[in-house]
Amino acid sequence: MKTLALSIPKDRKKVIIPLLLLPVWILIYFNLDSSIKYFVYSIINLPLENKFSDAVFFFIFESIKVLLLLVIVIFFISIIRSYFSPEKTRKFLEGKPLFAGNVLASMLGIVTPFCSCSAVPLFVGFVEAGIPLGITFSFLIAAPMINEVAVVLLFGLFGWQTALIYTGSGLIIAISAGYIIGKLKLNRFVEEWVYEVKSIKQNSVDEKISFAERIDYGYTTLKEIVSKVWIYILLGIAVGAGIHGYIPENFMAGIMGKTEWWSVPLSVLIGIPLYSNAAGIIPVMMALIEKGASLGTALAFMMSVIGLSLPEMIILRKVLKLQLIFIFIGVVGVGIIIIGFLFNIIY
Amino acid sequence: MLTIRVFGGDCPNCNQLEKMCFNVLAYNSMDADVQKITDIKKIAEYGIMHTPALVINNKVYCSGKLPTEKDLFRWFRLNLIESCNLQ
Repeated sequence: MKTLALSIPKDRKKVIIPLLLLPVWILIYFNLDSSIKYFVYSIINLPLENKFSDAVFFFIFESIKVLLLLVIVIFFISIIRSYFSPEKTRKFLEGKPLFAGNVLASMLGIVTPFCSCSAVPLFVGFVEAGIPLGITFSFLIAAPMINEVAVVLLFGLFGWQTALIYTGSGLIIAISAGYIIGKLKLNRFVEEWVYEVKSIKQNSVDEKISFAERIDYGYTTLKEIVSKVWIYILLGIAVGAGIHGYIPENFMAGIMGKTEWWSVPLSVLIGIPLYSNAAGIIPVMMALIEKGASLGTALAFMMSVIGLSLPEMIILRKVLKLQLIFIFIGVVGVGIIIIGFLFNIIY
Repeated sequence: MLTIRVFGGDCPNCNQLEKMCFNVLAYNSMDADVQKITDIKKIAEYGIMHTPALVINNKVYCSGKLPTEKDLFRWFRLNLIESCNLQ
């Protein structure tokens, strides 16, 4: 056995191990429901048809399911992301016309690695390359809103339809809000120093990245993201489980239902200063929808919490004047409200 | 001579990169001029769009992700050898 392990090169091993783990993953994922049922009702022997055992089952089942999904999706998306970088994205967007540029920027926002503390240098870099403000905004709206954690949670807890609706709506908002901001010609509301920056041409050292290194990158990002969000996911699902087991049906219908027109704008307003990552908010929303909150209202609330975050606005204040920040919040907020109304009408 | 610049805000990854640099330098008894640059204007002037970023002797070695300590050691050594050759 030892000789076999030695005869496989280390790089090759890195590719083989995830491939071997894949069937294990599939086996666990597709037998999760029955094995957790067996665990809850037979091994720890909780009574059937009981609020507490319902909540316990909900918590264990949903947490493991979501974490399983998260692991596989983050791993693969990180490998895809290792092929993209802000520099490449910028090059790709240079000289693109307004509408096509917005579409492209929103899509690139999903795959380009991005963290909100890089929002400012990225903004300056885009402006310096002559990329129009509107296109830059499309990128800055899509990148945080459509993130892998949010999409995985929606997929795991609500099903693929909702994940698709969320992604589609997010894209539409990023494209149209960016387009409108571009049309409004708001360059005067960008801090002057941004236009004065003349960056020195850097000689960057491009080391060729092997596929094994991309897999390594996948592992490190996976570890980084999961270690950051798991606690929020568990907390969110725990609160969700409580709501699932104990709050009466239709409890939320009056507050977040579709009959009250004001519920959508109010949810968006409350969502702006609330800063929670997708990991904490989505499991709670799922439970609220079960209790009568409508999909459109819940969607609007989630988008507002995830896409319009106060910390990001504060960071962006370094490059944008207050007026532009308010216009930004206004345009995106209205977009989210329209999406919320739309889904309340459709469903 | 090694001139190391770590670019980044006050986020966990950026702080981690600075710490890693010091670790590698200390462990290998290398001497260097290390500075962390948090001023956004300076970051922009260097043409960096994604933090944390690492610039060694005016060359951008990585941006937007954490390198491994092995990579750091390799880059430091490479630059030390290069600067010796120049002298």
